[in-house]
Amino acid sequence: MLSYLLLTLVLLSIGGYYLGRNRAFAVANGHIRNLHSLPSFYGSYTALWCGLPALIVFAVWATLQPGVIIDLVVAGLPPELRELPPDRLNLVINDLKNLVSGNIVSSTPNPAILEAANRYRNLQTIGNASLWVVVMALAIAGIAYGWRTISPTLRARNRVEQVVNLFLIVSSTIAIFTTVGIVLSVLFESILFFGKIPITEFLFGLQWSPQTAIRADQVGSSGAFGAVPLFTGTLLISGIAMLVAVPVGLMSALFLSEYATPKFRATAKPALEVLAGIPTVVYGFFAALTVAPVIRDLGTALGLQVASESALAAGLVMGIMIIPFVSSLSDDVINAVPQSMRDGSYALGATKSETIRRVLLPAALPGIVGSILLAVSRAIGETMIVVMAAGLSANLTANPLAAVTTVTVQIVTLLTGDQEFDSPKTLAAFALGLVLFTVTLILNIIALHVVRKYREQYE
Amino acid sequence: MNKPNSATVPATSGRDIKTIVNASLPRRHAAERRFRWYGLIAISLGLAFVVLMFANIIGKGYSAFWQTYVQVPISFDAAVLDPQGNRDAKAIEGADYGALVRAGLRAVFPNVQGRGELRTLYALVSSDAPQELRRTVMANPALIGATQEVWLLASATVDTFVKGNIDRTLDETERPIKDNQVAWIDKLAAAGKVEQRFNTLLFGSGDSREPEQAGIRGALMGSFYTLLVTFLLSFPIGVATAVYLEEFAPKNRWTDLIEVNINNLAAVPSIVFGLLGLAVFINFFGLPRSAPLVGGLVLSLMTLPVIIIAGRAALTSVPPSIREAALGMGASKLQMVGHHVLPLALPGMLTGSIIGMARALGESAPLLMIGMVAFIVDVPRGFMDPATVLPVQIYLWADLPERAFVERTSAAIMVLLGFMILMNGLAIVLRKRFERRW
Repeated sequence: MLSYLLLTLVLLSIGGYYLGRNRAFAVANGHIRNLHSLPSFYGSYTALWCGLPALIVFAVWATLQPGVIIDLVVAGLPPELRELPPDRLNLVINDLKNLVSGNIVSSTPNPAILEAANRYRNLQTIGNASLWVVVMALAIAGIAYGWRTISPTLRARNRVEQVVNLFLIVSSTIAIFTTVGIVLSVLFESILFFGKIPITEFLFGLQWSPQTAIRADQVGSSGAFGAVPLFTGTLLISGIAMLVAVPVGLMSALFLSEYATPKFRATAKPALEVLAGIPTVVYGFFAALTVAPVIRDLGTALGLQVASESALAAGLVMGIMIIPFVSSLSDDVINAVPQSMRDGSYALGATKSETIRRVLLPAALPGIVGSILLAVSRAIGETMIVVMAAGLSANLTANPLAAVTTVTVQIVTLLTGDQEFDSPKTLAAFALGLVLFTVTLILNIIALHVVRKYREQYE
Repeated sequence: MNKPNSATVPATSGRDIKTIVNASLPRRHAAERRFRWYGLIAISLGLAFVVLMFANIIGKGYSAFWQTYVQVPISFDAAVLDPQGNRDAKAIEGADYGALVRAGLRAVFPNVQGRGELRTLYALVSSDAPQELRRTVMANPALIGATQEVWLLASATVDTFVKGNIDRTLDETERPIKDNQVAWIDKLAAAGKVEQRFNTLLFGSGDSREPEQAGIRGALMGSFYTLLVTFLLSFPIGVATAVYLEEFAPKNRWTDLIEVNINNLAAVPSIVFGLLGLAVFINFFGLPRSAPLVGGLVLSLMTLPVIIIAGRAALTSVPPSIREAALGMGASKLQMVGHHVLPLALPGMLTGSIIGMARALGESAPLLMIGMVAFIVDVPRGFMDPATVLPVQIYLWADLPERAFVERTSAAIMVLLGFMILMNGLAIVLRKRFERRW
């Protein structure tokens, strides 16, 4: 229904464009030089008057309508239903919505709810119909207004450009709003969480078992929210990943930029970057079904106790994923070192590897550190590999063969499935998200700063 | 400098240094060779991982593109299908088609007796077989009363066995297929009544708990709707932002802030965007869970920085002379951008957007947060229907223990990788075709 309305609005706007343009020709007596702007601007001007106000009203109306209808329907419910506690009332409303959309309801509907559902449907029909009327009226009024105001002296181009400019500015602020949205949403829920669980317990507690008791006498639901095991688990897995990614990535970058022939470089570099394009869920599948069993069998053959969801498997595969990240960033950095420094070293009789170790690496060190920091932040925030290949139990251990869990795994497990928004369990996920966001943000800022400083040094 | 101070240096020192250097040369050259080898090993390791992953996934998944069918004579018994004899469509639709399948199987193996043994016999074909028969009969009611050889979908265990993924030499208790089932299949196979066909169900049906009926169509459509929303939102907004920042924005603290912001957003872990989507779109705005609309909103916020950064790079590569010429001809600034700069920068922007969309296609973590992990059988038909996407479907299937699901997971991965290669290839072609060097 509503998409047809949008379509009609678009068609009307296009009609408005041609009306406006023709009007401009008419008022100019066929001589464009009499007009302030090109005729197409008069067309756009009319189209904007047609589409924009109607669209704004449409958006506001469409967002508000469901809430208003629910309020009206709830107000019409019999008092014994209306005075239910909010969570029960929500269930009733949910039943009602399901009934309206024709889904199966959880319980046999009682007549009051059936009647309410009918009213809901009626209100919806009325609401949609009036929305059509209002939007269409606005659109046509807009065309009429635009058509009437067109005169040779109307500064149509400036008006249209003002609107376009506004659109550009609004678009560019969306990035800001996204950041603000992220900060506010995580911060807000985290503050709620820290109201229930002290922040010191969260940051320094050694016990993590987020199952809170539903009944008071329940066993095994201690509800401990000490996140240290998660932090150490994250660090352990990221550490293993960096042990794989940094040597392999760095050496590949050095080889490609210093030793490889241009032809080899042209094929090997994109081939290596294929690793960066593979979705993380594929790595997770590979880690869980191929790498983890191999490591477990190897460990058993050596007489070691290996958990089936060992940190080693997840870390190794995560390391593979990060190789191209390290290698392409370090490649940029290494290429930024001026050729004159290499030439100077060769002139003194140094071999290639000596030049690399004594001249190139020290010169490129800040940049390489920056790129490693970026890679670390990537490893910490990586989700799918650890969700699929790392464990769920929060063990405080540094043994890479044991199962550990990470911050991202816990966020996912706490938030998948249905949940209530005010339980500490759900809120804990947002607190973890806050920690994750802060840590990666700090790492990124430092890394970007270091890399930029380093680039300036050689420019 | 012909050695005026030679008195302070021993006369033989020149030769000494030379010998020292010469003596150290083998060691230094060995170190050089070693270093070179380390580099070569590192890059071969990296490339080996690429090959290993692809080989592993293709090796596991290629067999999922075929599906086993068994031929069973089905007698479309009028007494079962249409007891009243009036060809009432409703009665025919509600008839017990399972009975037909069971009777057909009993007809092939008449000496199978006893409930337990019969049940293992019936387990040869998929639980979807009766539905398949229902569809056939509904399409062609003239079949009623006739007897016909019908190819029925085999169950996942049989399929796995026929593909050779179950070791028949194992003891019966250690494999999912029973000894008598093996004997029956061998007999059917010897009679040419077992066949492998292209697996249309994999591409034609939604998710299912039964591996042989599970398909990725639902996930593909979910991905399509999600990406459509993502593209429709992120491309215009991304281009507009890039144009504003590159062409119009004054250099001040506000625009600096926007720039820093965009660079940081590009490095924020994707799961944090999921938290944002959950808290803002679902909890605050009350949008439905699991809907492609919400998934698309979240992914577009994630792709936006990529598109903006690519867009700005494309805009800076347009030479200033074009801008000056346009302005010199009396164009307004917006006309200059709209008529000249933007068309020239558009291929570069599109390339960046396609790469961003490919990344969005492979993204799953933020979608787990907003409920796109539900078990959904129906193929979504709109932006508000509950849906899942291809990577999440892979994640869901990877958790299931059956061998047949492992195979399907790998096949789904191959489809996903196929789309990613297609998109990246498109980006490369676009770049090659429209790239201009000034």
